[in-house]
Order: sequence, then C-alpha cells, then structure tokens
Amino acid sequence: MLQKLFFGNLTLDSIPWHSAIIMGAGAFMLLSVLAIVAAITVYKKWSYIWHEWICSVDHKKIGIMYLMLSGIMILRGFSDAILMRSQQAIAAGTHLGYLPPHHYDQIFSAHGVIMIFFVAMPMMFALLNMAIPLQIGARDVAYPYLNSVSFWLTFVGAMLCNASLVIGDFANTGWLAYPPLSGIYYNPGPGVDYYIWSLQISGVGTLLAGINFIATIIKMRCPGMTLMRMPIFVWSALCAMILVVLAFPVLTVTLALLFLDRMFDMHFFTEFAGGNIMMYINLIWVWGHPEVYILILPAFGIFSEVVATFSQKRLFGYTTMVWAIAIITFLSFVVWLHHFFTMGAGADVNAFFGVTTMIIAIPTGVKVFNWLFTMYQGRIILSTPMLWVTAFFTTFAIGGMTGVMMAVPPIDFQVHNSLFLVAHFHNVIIGGVLFGYFAGIIYWFPKAFGFKLDEKIGTWAFIFWVTGFYFAFMPLYVLGLNGFMRRVNHYSNITYQPYFIVAAFGTALILIGILLMILQLIVSIKNREALRDKTGDPWNGRTLEWSVSSPAPLYNFAEIPTVNSLDPYWAFKQAHLAEGRVHPRDMHYHDIHMPKNTPAGFIIAMFFGLLGFALVWHMWIPGIIGFIGMMTAMIARTFNTDTDYYVNAELVKRTELAHVREMI
Amino acid sequence: MQSEISLHEDHDVEGTDVFGFWLYIMSDCILFACLFATFLVLHAPGSPGPQLKTWLSLSDILIETFFLLFSNFTFCLAVLSLYQHKLLRIQFWLGISFLLGAGFIFMELKEFIHLASEGFRWDVNAMASSFFALVGTHGLHVSCGLIWILIMMIQIPLLKHQDKIARRRMTYLGLFWNFLDIVWIFVFTIVYLMGAI
Repeated sequence: MLQKLFFGNLTLDSIPWHSAIIMGAGAFMLLSVLAIVAAITVYKKWSYIWHEWICSVDHKKIGIMYLMLSGIMILRGFSDAILMRSQQAIAAGTHLGYLPPHHYDQIFSAHGVIMIFFVAMPMMFALLNMAIPLQIGARDVAYPYLNSVSFWLTFVGAMLCNASLVIGDFANTGWLAYPPLSGIYYNPGPGVDYYIWSLQISGVGTLLAGINFIATIIKMRCPGMTLMRMPIFVWSALCAMILVVLAFPVLTVTLALLFLDRMFDMHFFTEFAGGNIMMYINLIWVWGHPEVYILILPAFGIFSEVVATFSQKRLFGYTTMVWAIAIITFLSFVVWLHHFFTMGAGADVNAFFGVTTMIIAIPTGVKVFNWLFTMYQGRIILSTPMLWVTAFFTTFAIGGMTGVMMAVPPIDFQVHNSLFLVAHFHNVIIGGVLFGYFAGIIYWFPKAFGFKLDEKIGTWAFIFWVTGFYFAFMPLYVLGLNGFMRRVNHYSNITYQPYFIVAAFGTALILIGILLMILQLIVSIKNREALRDKTGDPWNGRTLEWSVSSPAPLYNFAEIPTVNSLDPYWAFKQAHLAEGRVHPRDMHYHDIHMPKNTPAGFIIAMFFGLLGFALVWHMWIPGIIGFIGMMTAMIARTFNTDTDYYVNAELVKRTELAHVREMI
Repeated sequence: MQSEISLHEDHDVEGTDVFGFWLYIMSDCILFACLFATFLVLHAPGSPGPQLKTWLSLSDILIETFFLLFSNFTFCLAVLSLYQHKLLRIQFWLGISFLLGAGFIFMELKEFIHLASEGFRWDVNAMASSFFALVGTHGLHVSCGLIWILIMMIQIPLLKHQDKIARRRMTYLGLFWNFLDIVWIFVFTIVYLMGAI
C-alpha cells in the first residue's frame, strides 16, 4: 500500500532493460550528466553555476540557457530522425528493419514533440532573450523573475520528456496525440501522460514568456522608439507572442481534457457516451496552426535584420513588412481546418479554409519580395548568416508552393497524411524556421558571447546542411505523390526503396552538417581571442544592440538611448562621422536599478516537475509534495519585497571605459 | 543617442505590471472560451444519458451567484479602505469577501456531490464531463482566489510602509476576482439558465 502511494504504477519493470538502443541512449545521457556534474565539482564551480546561472534573472543569461537547452535537445531529436530514416531505408520487402513498430511509433512521436517544443521553441526564446531588450533599448525584460520561471518550466518539460526514454515509454500516438489512440483504452501506459505533462509544464512556461515579451515590447521601449520605429525582429516577436497568449491556453485546455478523459474516465474524446473525437482535432489545431506561425514569424524577423545588415542597406518596404506580419498573425487563426480537410466538414467549409490558407501566401510573398529588393543594389556581404538567408529563399519558396498546393482541398484529399505532407512541413520548418534561427544565432552570437563563430567551418556546415536537406526531403515529395503514407514502419513494395536510400543519404549529410557545427563551436571557443569582437559592432549593424559592448554589460545601456529614426545605430554612426561624440570619460553616470537574482524560478519549476512525474505514474505522496512545494515556493516569493538593487555608478563607468579602451 | 533619465526608474513599473496582469486575464479568457465551446458542442440536443436539467436547482444557483457578486462588492470596499489607509477595515472587508467566496465554493461542492450521488457523475457521459470541467475550472479559480485573499490579509500589515506594492497587489487581486464574477455570469447564463430550458 505504502509502496503504491509512493511509487504508483512505477516498478523496476518499467525500465526497458532488454532494449539495447534505449539502454544505450539512456546510459549515454546518464554518463553525460555525470561527466558534467563531475566537471563542475572538480573545478569547484557549483557556487558560480548556482548564483550566476541557475538563479539568474538576466535576460542575456537566460537566453544562453535556452540556447543550450535547444542545442542539447536537437541532438536527441535528430537521433530520432536518423533512426527513422535508416529504418525506412532498410525495412523494405522481406527485411523488417531493426525497429519494432511499438518503438518506431514512439520515435516519430518523440521526434515531432522534441523538435517543435524543445528545440524550436527554446531556440526562439533564446533569440528573443538575446536580442529583444537590447534592440528596444531596455535594461531587461518587463518581468525578469517570470522570465526565469519560464525558462525553468521549459527545461523541466524537456527533462520529463527525456525521462520517458528510460523510465517507462513515450507516447506512440504522433506528435499531436489524437484520440481515440491516445485515450486510456488504447494507451493505458504512461506514454501519453508523459506527453501531456511535459507539454503542460513547458506550455505554462511559454505562456508566461509570451506575456512577458508583449509587456516588454509594449511598455519598455526607449524614448523615441515608436511602434513604427521598432526593428522588424521586434515586430515579428510581438506578433508571435500575441499568438502565444491567444493560442497556448487552447493547448492547455485540450491536453487538460485529454488528461481528464484518461485519469477520471471522462468522455470528452471517447468513442462512446457522447464524446467527440473531432473536437480534439479541432481544438489542437486551433492551437497548432498559430504555433507554426509562432515559430516562423521570428524567423522572418531575423531574415529582415540579417538581409538589411549584410546588404548594408535599409530594409526595403518596412511598412509593408509590418503589415504583412500583422496580417499573417490574424490569418493564422482562420486556417486551422486545412489540417483535416478530410474530416468531412463539407465543400463550403473546406472551400473557406482553403481560400484563407491560400491568402496567406500573399503577405508572405510581399515579405520575400521585400527581402529581394533589399538585396537589390546592395553591397552584399556573404557572411554565414547571409548564406542561410539565401538558402532560405529557395527552400521556403518550394515549401510555400507545396503548401498552397495542399491548400486546395481536392489535392489535399490525395496527399493527406502522406509523405508529401511530411516533406512540405519539413520544407518550411527546416528551410524556414531552422535556417532562420541558425542565421539569428550566428548573427547575435558575438553579442551574447563576445566572439564570432568561425566563418570557414560555418560555411562548410551550411553547405552540408543545405545539400543534405534537399537530398533528405525531395524524395519524400515523390514518395508522397506515389501514395506513400507517413509513419510507416515497413513496406513490402521495394520500388520505393531507392528514394528512401537517397533520403537516408541526405540525413547523413545533415549529420555531417551538425557535426561541423559542433566543431565550429569548439574551434571558435578555442580561438576566441582571435575572433573576439572588440567593437561591439562586428557586422556593421543598424540597430541598438550593436551600440553596446559584446557581450553586453549587465545593465545593457549605461544610459537609455533616445532614437529618432529607424535603424538608429546606423543613423548614429553616419552622424558620428560628421560630428564626433562625447567621450565616455566625460559622460555622467548614474546608479542603475536592476533586479536581484533569485532561486525561486528554479525551485518552483523543480516542484512542478515532480508533480508532473508523479501524475504520470499516479504516485500520490510525491504528487502532493510537488504541489505543496510549488505553491509554497510561489507564495514565499511574494513575501520578499527586497527584489532589486542598484549597480554603482562607479562600476558602470569602469565597465564602459574598459569597453572603450578595448575598442581603441 | 543620449538622453536625460531619471535616477531611479527606467520605465513605468506600475503600468507595466498591471498591463501584464491584463494579458494574463486575457489568456484566461481564452481558456474559459475553450471550455464554454466544449460544453456547447457536447450539449448538442439528443445527447445520450442523464440530463443536467433533471437535477438542477435554480434557486440554489441564484444564492451561489449572490454570494459571489456580494463578495466582489465587499472586495471593492476593501480596496476603498486601502486607499483611505484604514488597516483594520481592509482586513474586515477582505475577511467578509473570503467568507462569501467560501460560501460559494461550499454550495458548489454541495451541488456537485448532490449531482454525482444522483447519477449525474462526471464519467457518465460527455455532457456531464463538460459540465464538471467548466464549472469545476471556475470553482478552482475561485479557490485560488480565496487562498490569495488569505495571503493578502497576512501581507497587508506587512506592506504597511510599502503603499505602492500593496495597492498594486490589491489591483491584481481585484482584477482576478472581478474577472471570475464575469465568467460566472456566463456560466450562470449558459450552463444553468440555458440548461434549465
């Protein structure tokens, strides 16, 4: 009895001892964690890690932590991709491959969940944290403590998802866990519960981060920065965050209802007693389609920044760009049904959603032409961020066109749930979102870390990634048109096989691309002195983040800037050539008001994680401990009103002068 | 690129914080909107199984509603007292608000137990599930609000000399408490009044 209260359904048999792949991966994860713990202990860095990172409320450090999280998770998500591609390359005809169906189902589900929630989302928040406050001339986000809570909730969600690899299993339902397959009848195990709770916890984090960034952008812009003087990345982030706040509650409700179905035998999505399965699919896509735009809009913003900077020209059509983003934001809420034209909603409904979907191509087209015209007659510098942008133009155009094809309901009926669809969304998510985020990471890397990434290795990584991408996904279009469905573990018709072998070859190229990126990081860290960005403006930038040192000082701006045009730093540099500026030595410095670090975010998230884990396994006592711990930590924090301090003016002056000395 | 800044604040903290809370309220609106939509979809005419209206007692619901509305009114009195710096009176009105809110929760639980024991359990059919999910989520929010009021009663004396913080927190709590009233009006109309037809 007591064991039941403590451990619920969890027993030693829940760990798949017999599966070599899982145990190997688990052992690898465990060894990595142990190695990190040992390294921290040997170098006596626990205090540093705790005070400077885990408790940090500094948006720059939180951004870096988001980046690390997504970097680690992309390795896991990509391992899943390798498993799937290699399985499909060999599992033809009489050969069954090496992954049993039950395991294969978990792999593609985990791949989707990890890539969207624990790679793309953290990477987006990494970029937002790294760039937004600096771009709008603010000293931090609106709610620094909440920012820390958001990060740690995302982290805990990701860890819960990782735990499912070894302890129990993950959902075998696909990344959106459609019922009835995800219901308790077909899925009595802990897999779907892992899915629900890792997404619920990280979803709360995302929602809070969304609120935080909207408030930051609306309320904390520096004097003179009107809405129409905001950098496009800020605009795109604002719209994406509005989508977060409007869409994520829907996800929360949907998953909560699924949980109620599973835990309390309710009948929202059951096949009997009046449950409505299609309601789940509607609800999840009411969140799911905006989610796609939550990911791509910031990427659009990054492209705009990068194109303008590396064409050394002002962005073409700023106003139309803003409107295009706003229109896409609106339209993203009226297209969800195109994910299930085959539901049978009837010709009128399908036609409506088909047309709204096609309309999205118009503002998107406006953007693409704006970028092209920005490049036109510019003096283009083909640094690595710009390379990714150029690759994006073609990949995204192809992905966009196949998207419009599928927006036509009769075509969709033919290719629904086929590999054509898989190829399409990888085409826009890798070729759009990921390439954009890569460009953004390389672009803002010096601002976050103080040195640039190695360009030569970066170029090779780019070449392997892009060619690998085409090899990996173009065959899938052909397969899809030939009627090959997604999520298939084995096929008997061996005429399909050559295409899968080409796709697997493409995946191998991408693997080389990823390895080169890791090499690039290592080499860059090794040569960081040579790659050091002493000026704070490595790319001849246009916006405010380049006006401060790299990495940016704790307080971002010694004096909050005032802007009176678009591209304020560019304008400043032009004027500066003519007039000169006040030497920082002679400026007057103030004490700067900053938030104090706090462990509250970390503690709350850890207890929430315990609660989530306990709910997965129905462990009552740990669940109650988790819940009470979480509530207590939240309430205790509200009793602390001493949450900020002042950075001494002398220190500010010393920091600023050090930067000037280095620059000269 | 240079400007005059005030020594202490770089931005309007008050305004920013309350704005953020409004954003949260908006997200909560979406949450309830989904639950209402689910409720309406699953209450399609002709759904199988026991019907809510068989056991509905509108007079009890009306009393419940008045508990909640009055609790909101007394909360506003507490806010007024806060602005007049009358510490004891704040505590008094907060206490009354708490009791009224607790009365609401008590009656709701009683109703739930009654319904469940009569056969309208959450697991009998989709209608019952959506009823308990919607009304229960509102009740859960109110319960959180009750805990919050208690914390506020403890914190008001502690924040005696930090007027700004006290006012800001009362503003949040007030927004939250008001919002729950508005949601309840919809619950009352859509679930109970329309359900009784």
